Amino acid sequence: MLKDFFYKKRKYATIPSEKAKKNIPDGMVVKCEKCGTITFVKELQKNLNVCLHCSHHHSLSAPERLLSILDDGHFFEYDSDLASSNPLGFEGYLDKLKKDMDKTNLNEAVVVGEGTIGGFPAIVGVMDSRFRMGSMGSVVGEKIAAGIERALVKKYPFILFSASGGARMQEGILSLMQMAKTSAALAKLHQEGILFISVLTNPTTGGVSASFASLGDINIAEPGALIGFAGPRVIEQVIRQKLPEGFQTSEFLLNRGQIDMIVDRKEMKSTLEKLLELHMVRGNYNG
Amino acid sequence: MAKELPFERPLMELRKKIEELKQFTEIEGIDFSKEIIELESKAKILEQEIYTQLTPWNRTQIARHAKRPTTLEYIENIFTDFIEMHGDRLYSDDHAIVGGIAKFNGVPVTVIGHQKGRDTKENIYRNFGMPHPEGYRKALRLMQQAEKFNRPIICFIDTPGAYPGIGAEERGQSEAIARNLRDMALFKVPMICIVTGEGGSGGALALGVGNHLFMLENSIFSVISPEGAATILWRDAAMAVTAANTMKITANDLLDFGIIDGIIPEPFGGAHTDVLQQAADIKNVIANSLQELTKLSPEQRIEQRYQKYRTIGVYTSLI
Ligand SMILES: [Zn+2]
Repeated sequence: MLKDFFYKKRKYATIPSEKAKKNIPDGMVVKCEKCGTITFVKELQKNLNVCLHCSHHHSLSAPERLLSILDDGHFFEYDSDLASSNPLGFEGYLDKLKKDMDKTNLNEAVVVGEGTIGGFPAIVGVMDSRFRMGSMGSVVGEKIAAGIERALVKKYPFILFSASGGARMQEGILSLMQMAKTSAALAKLHQEGILFISVLTNPTTGGVSASFASLGDINIAEPGALIGFAGPRVIEQVIRQKLPEGFQTSEFLLNRGQIDMIVDRKEMKSTLEKLLELHMVRGNYNG
Repeated sequence: MAKELPFERPLMELRKKIEELKQFTEIEGIDFSKEIIELESKAKILEQEIYTQLTPWNRTQIARHAKRPTTLEYIENIFTDFIEMHGDRLYSDDHAIVGGIAKFNGVPVTVIGHQKGRDTKENIYRNFGMPHPEGYRKALRLMQQAEKFNRPIICFIDTPGAYPGIGAEERGQSEAIARNLRDMALFKVPMICIVTGEGGSGGALALGVGNHLFMLENSIFSVISPEGAATILWRDAAMAVTAANTMKITANDLLDFGIIDGIIPEPFGGAHTDVLQQAADIKNVIANSLQELTKLSPEQRIEQRYQKYRTIGVYTSLI
């Protein structure tokens, strides 16, 4: 068995995509989708799904993410009962939702609630790319907007980890409108002077990238994440040429002035703690 | 005559026949008036049949019609004293979005819209109405200007979508759209948005956060183009017709979802068949909308706009 993994050709090694993820079995060992190194699953998980060999950041599920940044993993979830319906009457949509619910043990592609980070309370949202590729439909939009409104009431900072292919096609125009809904909620937060930290993880594209994920007072990206408005394949089709290496990665965005910093997953909690601490005491320099 | 669409062909052929008979009558002096009357009544029935049973795909075709009136044409026929403003003050002037100050019934307003071209040359200049970040930033700059001088903002939406290209990504297409969505929620002035043609995804929505949102009868508003949806959902661009017909992209659909505030009727055949009438109808809608919004306080306008978008969505509870 183990031999099979070692001798398997590194077919998916350079494709950081959904396809590659399927390559990771639930077994004992797992192959890095970037460098192909075989690691024990438990070892990789202990390292927050960051490859011990090449530091490639593999996806984290929402529960894993929460465990990695919240104090003792304590979390009070909001609106966990909300679930998608099928407003467009889209064939097969409900089945797909059911399948993803069973697979992830989540009701939708985002989890929102409150917890503390380094002792500082915050409203935290985490998207899970295993659920419909993290796409945003009515429920995702509603949970995020509601979370922002809680932050408004409690005057807690709002932190959101994005991992999404964009708007959810099966909910059509209703999905698109969630961009306006979540951004309007952030407008209120902005006006009230409450901190919003957006953490962009792989992938953050389309309608999610073009709404809340780009609106942080501080935009942080994980290394090597795909972040952009249009998908690379769409752009290549339109401009009829290959995109340069590293286009639309976190590093590209940092270089183009679109994000504040790239933070390694292992440094994420301590970075957030520092940032929260810096915002606990308001500057008072009105002259 | 305007270019005909496939589903209009029987009607166009009938009209041509009537025209021929009329000419024949005139030239040859033979009386065909009875036949003409018969054919004309037939044409009327056919017209009724075709234009009252348009499929979403038919409407998509009308919305994309080469003769579809553009933002500048509506501006010319609805407003007076239009002065166009240019540039985002950061990078360049995006020709896919036009905007400026004009008078609406004598009152200064700011008017902004996507701009498509009428022929290939113009379309290249306008990038087919597909904006870059600087287009959205120009739009936001003009909105901020409107807010400063307390002018209502009127937006016309007609774009296949924001441009997917290297420069657009480098300059932050996502951020430009997102910032518009956020900041449009905070303006105190009345904001009226009208989808006149194609409402293509986030690139359309970035001009679409208003107190009132209207759609022309044959316009569409969608999360992705029918062609894009076909590629993603069925991995076959040829499924675009099916995609258009299933994705609920028409004015009626959006009214049912509670997303838009009203549908502005079009003449049979589409807005391009009678631009003046269409402009007059739009003008009426703007006038009524402005009157209603003027009654609200600035704070009420912000809250009304917030609630309008806050309440959009369809979902259930598992409890
Ligand atoms: Zn590796």
